[in-house]
Amino acid sequence: MSVPLTLLGLLEREPSHGYDLKHEYDTYFGRGKPLPFGQVYATLSRLTRDGKAIAGEAEPGAGPDRKRYIITELGAAEVDSWLSEPVQPEPHLQTVLFAKVVLSLMLGRSAEHYLDMQRSAHMQRMRELTEIKRTGTSVDALLADHGLFHLEADLRWIDLTAARLNALAEMVGKES
Amino acid sequence: MSSIELSRSPGCLIEARDVVKSFGQTPALRGASVSVAAGEIIAIMGPSGSGKSTLLHCLAGIFKPDSGQVWFDGRRLDELSETKRTELRRTAFGFVFQFGQLVPELSTADNIALPLLLSRVRRKTAYQTATSWLDRLGLEGLGARRTGELSGGQAQRVALARALAPRPKVLFADEPTGSLDSLASEMVMDMLVGIAREEGTTVVLVTHDARVAAYADREAMVRDGKVTAPAAGNRAEAEVAR
Repeated sequence: MSVPLTLLGLLEREPSHGYDLKHEYDTYFGRGKPLPFGQVYATLSRLTRDGKAIAGEAEPGAGPDRKRYIITELGAAEVDSWLSEPVQPEPHLQTVLFAKVVLSLMLGRSAEHYLDMQRSAHMQRMRELTEIKRTGTSVDALLADHGLFHLEADLRWIDLTAARLNALAEMVGKES
Repeated sequence: MSSIELSRSPGCLIEARDVVKSFGQTPALRGASVSVAAGEIIAIMGPSGSGKSTLLHCLAGIFKPDSGQVWFDGRRLDELSETKRTELRRTAFGFVFQFGQLVPELSTADNIALPLLLSRVRRKTAYQTATSWLDRLGLEGLGARRTGELSGGQAQRVALARALAPRPKVLFADEPTGSLDSLASEMVMDMLVGIAREEGTTVVLVTHDARVAAYADREAMVRDGKVTAPAAGNRAEAEVAR
């Protein structure tokens, strides 16, 4: 998650105070990890320094910073560019799951037992995400679905690997 | 053994103990054991041909095991006659399969009212109940439609209503979303789980789809005709999951 670009994106929607930006960020993107105020103001300060946002005059009122921030053309162009680019797909060619399976086979331990445990852990997390999806907002569901599809992909790999364990054990045994 | 002897695992509503079942020379279950607590939603998972559907059919009294025991509500299901098992399936169990198996010649409301009429519920009450289930499942105004005119997701919701209208103790669902797309599948599962929890219905769900299984309180894996990890029923875990 790019915090500067996300805050910039929220500013493109409408000019905002640091406090309101933090609140919006926490509501939609924080997911249990609220953004510290210090990070919000430090980021806004950098965006202002780099000409991507400008800070208005301080307004009267309580709180540490009552400045309203406005996105600049440069900032808007950066948000536009960011939203137009695909995220680099991660190949996941060296995952911990993979390493544990291969090492278990090399050491003569039960890779099947490990895969069963991993499947249970994945299913438990999928149940939690499904409950969030069932009881939360549609934004919650969107994020939960993202997690669910990734966990499902892992589970498919786990099932396929479990079905291939004998052949894999033979190969690892020959090469080690 | 007496059919009123208590099951060996107190607290569980349905239980399979070392169930063996073959079809000709082909073994489907090789000593499968699983227990399901009252009100619990369990997903039975496993690869194709692992025996998960056969296990469901044995738990539901559709198949009689070659050996082993099946208990339901303190009774040996496998010792009951075919007539008594049929009666039990009609009065205590509900079924949803991959393809709704609705009666195409009948209307949506007729399909839902059918099991109630077979149980000698008065016609007026049966159709009132059918209408209330149509409303509950977001199918308002579709009572007069032939089932062939429904979308896959709507048809599966009608199948769900038909299974739940007689208020069964156990709902057996065999790949209930297998023929649906992701969105329709989600809607059916959301309703199935929501209603089961409201009504306290125990659900035995067979699926190969992890996203569907994640709606359950826990899963049991069937591999080569046996239930593997995590097999033991744990009501406490199920409660925590809710």
